[in-house]
Amino acid sequence: MRRIDADTVVRAVERLCTDANYYLNADILQALQDGISDEISDTGRNILSQLVENASLAREKQMAICQDTGMAVVFVELGQDVHVSGGNLTNAINEGVRRGYKNGYLRNSVVNDPVERVNTGDNTPAVIHYDIVDGENIRIIVAPKGFGSENMSGVKMLKPSDGREGIKGYILDMVDRAGPNPCPPIIVGVGIGGTMEKAALLAKKALLRPVNDNSGIEYLCKLEKELLKEINSMGIGPAGLGGRITALGVNIEAYPTHIAGLPVAVNIGCHATRHAEVVL
Amino acid sequence: MKYLGTPLDKAVVRQLKAGDMVCINGIIYAARDAAHKKMYNMLAEGKALPFDVKNQIIYYVGPCPARPGDVIGSAGPTTSGRMDAYAPRLIEQGLTGMIGKGLRNEDVINAIKKHQAVYFGATGGAGAYIARSIISEEIVAFPELGPEAIRRLTVRDFIVTVVIDSYGNNLYVSGRDKYKLRGNSI
Repeated sequence: MRRIDADTVVRAVERLCTDANYYLNADILQALQDGISDEISDTGRNILSQLVENASLAREKQMAICQDTGMAVVFVELGQDVHVSGGNLTNAINEGVRRGYKNGYLRNSVVNDPVERVNTGDNTPAVIHYDIVDGENIRIIVAPKGFGSENMSGVKMLKPSDGREGIKGYILDMVDRAGPNPCPPIIVGVGIGGTMEKAALLAKKALLRPVNDNSGIEYLCKLEKELLKEINSMGIGPAGLGGRITALGVNIEAYPTHIAGLPVAVNIGCHATRHAEVVL
Repeated sequence: MKYLGTPLDKAVVRQLKAGDMVCINGIIYAARDAAHKKMYNMLAEGKALPFDVKNQIIYYVGPCPARPGDVIGSAGPTTSGRMDAYAPRLIEQGLTGMIGKGLRNEDVINAIKKHQAVYFGATGGAGAYIARSIISEEIVAFPELGPEAIRRLTVRDFIVTVVIDSYGNNLYVSGRDKYKLRGNSI
């Protein structure tokens, strides 16, 4: 049994909050740069250039890439041979978020209640997902999620007979209706199968995968490529002002499901889909 | 590129066309969800707004806090559609410009046409890039709302695009239409 001090978790999460918000991940930066040569709209190319410059400014000035520094979504893979000492793990994660947002000059975007809506003033609580895994490490991923894109997301319980075409139709419809709102070029996270909430969680996890990486499952890989091509034919373009580069990637995750169901979740990520991770 | 200062009067608004790139210099006001709801309620109660919206531009933004020595933190646009319930009332009061990102509903577009206003798009997610164009920042109302307080911003060379002009032309529709590939399954 390995012991990890709660304070180590606090410091790690604090750092991950700022890293995720300041440093655009290399795969997305590369995709934006590639987009500048692939985009046929002048306005679209101009927007993509601004986004590349924005990423470089944020890195250099230690500023948030986007002012919507998000609700802190935290994925924890907790090795079952780890004992967290000196405090509660959930509290430690929230303390790390509190310090990261305050010390990193990140925006507090969380309200205490969905109806009463008073800002909590420290961007807590985080949304934390725990997985128990083998071993004696803790892997923590902080994925701040902005709501311009989160608001364009959804889950639909399809019928098994809707099949592949039904899945495609729903995903394309969600992207079509979102239009310029989620800050295109977007990343489309998709979860298929499981139960309603499992599909939603898979869709969120799909956004953690690099945009230049396709699923290892053959039919999903094919589906990802087809969807990306169709999405980039819609004309939405960078910032929704017209163009070809509407999405940088489509990432799909699947899970076994019930004989009667075909849940599909779409979690849209903006061009600043952020995540940073550490293994303790 | 068209250059404009503030206040923004209707004669200038009428010269702007969807798709124009515009460079704004002068004072604009930052307000988003919570501030709009408060202003809307103030008007319903017959109270004066915290600033006179006549011929002004509202930027839908909730900035990050500034580092010491900086004017402001990241300050890109938020999704405008959430202000649709309140915007027509402000346009009736003389507001001539809105800066944000994303779709507007029919009520807003009708108010834009009827009262000759304009909707500009700023680049969503370019918060650090846009912050460079903001050279002063001052909270003018509702400080308790934190990032949602109303701010008076002085901007220098703030580049935006006309998305919906005072004639109702909409770049989100025409731009998309221009680049959409035909014969597709969608």
